[in-house]
Amino acid sequence: MVAFLVRRSFGMIIVLLAVSFATYLIFFKIPGGDVAGRIAGKQATPANIADIRQKLGLDQNVFVQWWDMMKQLLTGSLISYYDGTNVVQQIKEGMPETFSLCIGAGIIWLGFGVLVGTISAVTAGGASDRAITALALIGISLPVAWLGLLLRYFFAGEGGAVAWFPDGGYVPLTTNPWQWFYHLLLPWFTLAILFIGFYGRVLRSNILDTINEDFVRTAKAKGLSSRRILVKHTLRASLIPIVTLFGLDFAAVLGGGAIITETVYSIHGVGYYAAQSIHQQDLPPLMGVTLYGAAFIVIFSTLVDVAYAYLDPRIRLT
Amino acid sequence: MAERLLEVNDLNVRFATEDGIVRAVEGISFELERGKVLGIVGESGSGKSVTAMTLMGLTRGVNARFEGEVLYKGKDLLKVSDADMQNYRGNELGMIFQDPMTSLNPVYRIGEQIVEAIQAHEKVDKRTARARTVELLRQVGIPNPETRVDSFPHEFSGGMRQRAMTAIALSCNPSILIADEPTTALDVTIQAQIVELINRLKDDFDSAVIFITHDLGVIAEIADEIIVMYAGRVVERGSKRDIFYDPQMPYTWGLLGSIPRLDRPRPERLHTIEGAPPSLINAPEGCKFRPRCPHAFEKCREEPGLENRVETPGHFDRCWLDVEYKRAHRDETTSPGGTVEAA
Amino acid sequence: MATTGQEEFTLDTASELAAEESGSKIEGKSPWALAGRRLRRNYVALAFLAVFILVLLVCLLAPLYSSHVSHLKSDTPNAGGHITVNGQTIPILSKGSSKFNQNGSVELTPGGIPIGPQWGASGGAYFFGADGLGRDVGTRLLYGGRNSLLIGLSSAAITTVLSIVLALLAAYFGGATDWIISRFFDLIWAFPVILLGIALGTALSINGFNHGPIHIAPGSLWIPIGVIAFVFIPYIGRPLRGQILALRNREFVEASTAQGAGPLRIMFSELLPNIASSVLVLFTLIVANAILTEVGLSFLGAGVQPPHPSWGTMIADGQNVLASDPWLSLLPGIMITITVISLNVFGDGLRDALDPRAKVRIEH
Repeated sequence: MVAFLVRRSFGMIIVLLAVSFATYLIFFKIPGGDVAGRIAGKQATPANIADIRQKLGLDQNVFVQWWDMMKQLLTGSLISYYDGTNVVQQIKEGMPETFSLCIGAGIIWLGFGVLVGTISAVTAGGASDRAITALALIGISLPVAWLGLLLRYFFAGEGGAVAWFPDGGYVPLTTNPWQWFYHLLLPWFTLAILFIGFYGRVLRSNILDTINEDFVRTAKAKGLSSRRILVKHTLRASLIPIVTLFGLDFAAVLGGGAIITETVYSIHGVGYYAAQSIHQQDLPPLMGVTLYGAAFIVIFSTLVDVAYAYLDPRIRLT
Repeated sequence: MAERLLEVNDLNVRFATEDGIVRAVEGISFELERGKVLGIVGESGSGKSVTAMTLMGLTRGVNARFEGEVLYKGKDLLKVSDADMQNYRGNELGMIFQDPMTSLNPVYRIGEQIVEAIQAHEKVDKRTARARTVELLRQVGIPNPETRVDSFPHEFSGGMRQRAMTAIALSCNPSILIADEPTTALDVTIQAQIVELINRLKDDFDSAVIFITHDLGVIAEIADEIIVMYAGRVVERGSKRDIFYDPQMPYTWGLLGSIPRLDRPRPERLHTIEGAPPSLINAPEGCKFRPRCPHAFEKCREEPGLENRVETPGHFDRCWLDVEYKRAHRDETTSPGGTVEAA
Repeated sequence: MATTGQEEFTLDTASELAAEESGSKIEGKSPWALAGRRLRRNYVALAFLAVFILVLLVCLLAPLYSSHVSHLKSDTPNAGGHITVNGQTIPILSKGSSKFNQNGSVELTPGGIPIGPQWGASGGAYFFGADGLGRDVGTRLLYGGRNSLLIGLSSAAITTVLSIVLALLAAYFGGATDWIISRFFDLIWAFPVILLGIALGTALSINGFNHGPIHIAPGSLWIPIGVIAFVFIPYIGRPLRGQILALRNREFVEASTAQGAGPLRIMFSELLPNIASSVLVLFTLIVANAILTEVGLSFLGAGVQPPHPSWGTMIADGQNVLASDPWLSLLPGIMITITVISLNVFGDGLRDALDPRAKVRIEH
């Protein structure tokens, strides 16, 4: 196990380095054209542009530039081009908000997804299955941005209909726990709906497959109760792929992937920060956020593999 | 006369599928007494597995229809509720399946799976159940049962897995053990071991056995009475002696003829039965074997009843051919290389 | 009929008898024929396919709508214009007003609010209302749909083809090829998807793509198409690679190699047909997700660029006037949802046809 983790850690570092270099390339090299010109903006004079080029070291070799930026990032001294704020500091400030959003939504979507998927599979072909399937289909077909706006319109007073919920914004947990919770309800729901629908369908599909497996037949032949067969045999096997999915999806949103939800509800988390910096073509924060996100994905990827090996004794960790 | 445990009367099983109604089992009847072994022989699609699973109630479903009776100790298992059926399964009726690798849950230890079977029907604590499990593993011939009880299925060889499955099936001392092709997925050498195991356990546990296979060679070892099934019907039934020494169905001859024999001259070719089994949705008129039977004649357009046409009582067949004719001609099929005049 | 009838019997051969029989043989049908039949019986799936095709057709006919119904173009601003409704002339963007009250306070009515849906009261113009720049929502809805659907379908097609090729190469050749391709998948996969899409989209939207012989203008639709196709590669590539790896070790591939088949032949005649049903199902799902991704990207400004309309940009446009004119954001969202649901339901039907599950009650 230790050897596995050590080997994986090396792999992770390499991936992260590759990701950061790729990010750098995306912004500086892929579009072609003059970088300093882009950063200087539309109204710049040649002198401005030359000045920027020199100040940001853009006339140096790509690797040198990239390495300089990495050094700054890792020592926490990376400064935004746009407004001079410290990148790492900004990310840190965004973390509580993103975590609040994602952890809450994650619990909701995992819990409901499993519940809904199980009910749907157990009553397959019946009325509740059909209803759940229809709702799940709608859930995965809604654009998140639109759903967020709709909910704000109908429930948060935008359209003057009802103001059952506050219209976006975030209240820190330490300031007022109830308000923190209250403000997060709509965003949680918005973020969770897509996943609930998706997970429900995946689980339903897995369960219906597993029911036909030979070992489930053996369990029946042993005379076990239906509940026991469902929980200890069918679900146990069907949930394993869900663990993988959840690990990666959760990592993705935690790492700043819930950009749209954060934007629509004005939750100033890491995703929101990412969106802003992309808008402003601001490379340093972008580097920071991308690495932050990739780190989560890569770490959770390893966690998922470990969990998988624990859940299925046939798997050997290599 | 031993206790009559099972009486199947005119069992019919039909399944609705998108292609039409599949008549998987038509009018099958037999009895089973304690301590006896009934062998059911047939090709894939003959209905033998469906019969076995129906006895266990495993074919119940939205698209299944049953007719007839399955009387276990007088109670009709076809009419029993699903909840009550759970009490019979494992407890009174134990089943071993064909592929032991996929039939065991890969994420639980062998011991856990046996303990689960025991605790499903008997109020014993974990410790007692575990002790019994170790004993069971010893009885089925698994070496070092105290350690192996905590192994996972993938750590066992094929033969050992099938022994473990047998242990599961016998864990609650069922009166009837149903073995559905237990040796088909195993090597020939292991096959012999498993057959011998079942034979021995039958006596140890005082159960009756229903042994299902497509291999007449395997059945010869263990069965007291044999049923030959074809297209969902019983086409011949009799004692082991009857079937092997005086087979009355051309189909049975075909099965016998296709076994390679060391004690006979080697034939040019092994006998094969021409053609393929009929569709169970659109079965042909009359005798179901007629399209493939080299001896078929006019009368075969009418389906023969299962009757006792020979001198020995208890030996039934579904064939219109004259018994003399059969006895004269069957060696062409059953012994394609010629017979050796055996003692 | 008690007589045995042996006196008359003749020895029929099996084949003669078989020739007379009707309906006693088991007939095989190819898996595709079976799937086709199942799909044809699935009225719900077919209905939703029809809905999708309908939406597609209507959007493709956008120019017709523009010239014959609304008489307006999709990207011509008309902020200062007026329309005639029931004989009255109304400004398209409302003029604000202020009213001075007697106690010295001022009531301000904000201006610049576009008119809402007219539902035909003014002829075909502004049937669904106007947007913040006075453009006709109806026309933009159709042109936007055309763009969104075009992007969704093209990027799905490109990513499917690329993924199949990469997966085949990786799984068939193994070794270094597999290692490189798998690392490539991993790299894309490690990026938070949205971030990657937005990063690429924004970067390319400023200056376009200018490398070597390829010059793509910044506003071109090829940019979101390329970005989305690129981002989805590992989502199809990895599962396909896994499937092909499993197939590769099966005997039919060995048999084919033994007969002297070369790599190309094996890849296309043996492996590809066996993943075809997966690919089909995945394709419908990818189109649905590509459309949703385009909406998300355009909403954030990293997808389709102004003045081109897309359903995503329209939702973004409507955000700020949500309270006063919800239709701006509502309509494109409804269109998207209908389109994506149709694709998903049809995709489900396709999957069920290709790989049916029990539990369905059959009439008997």
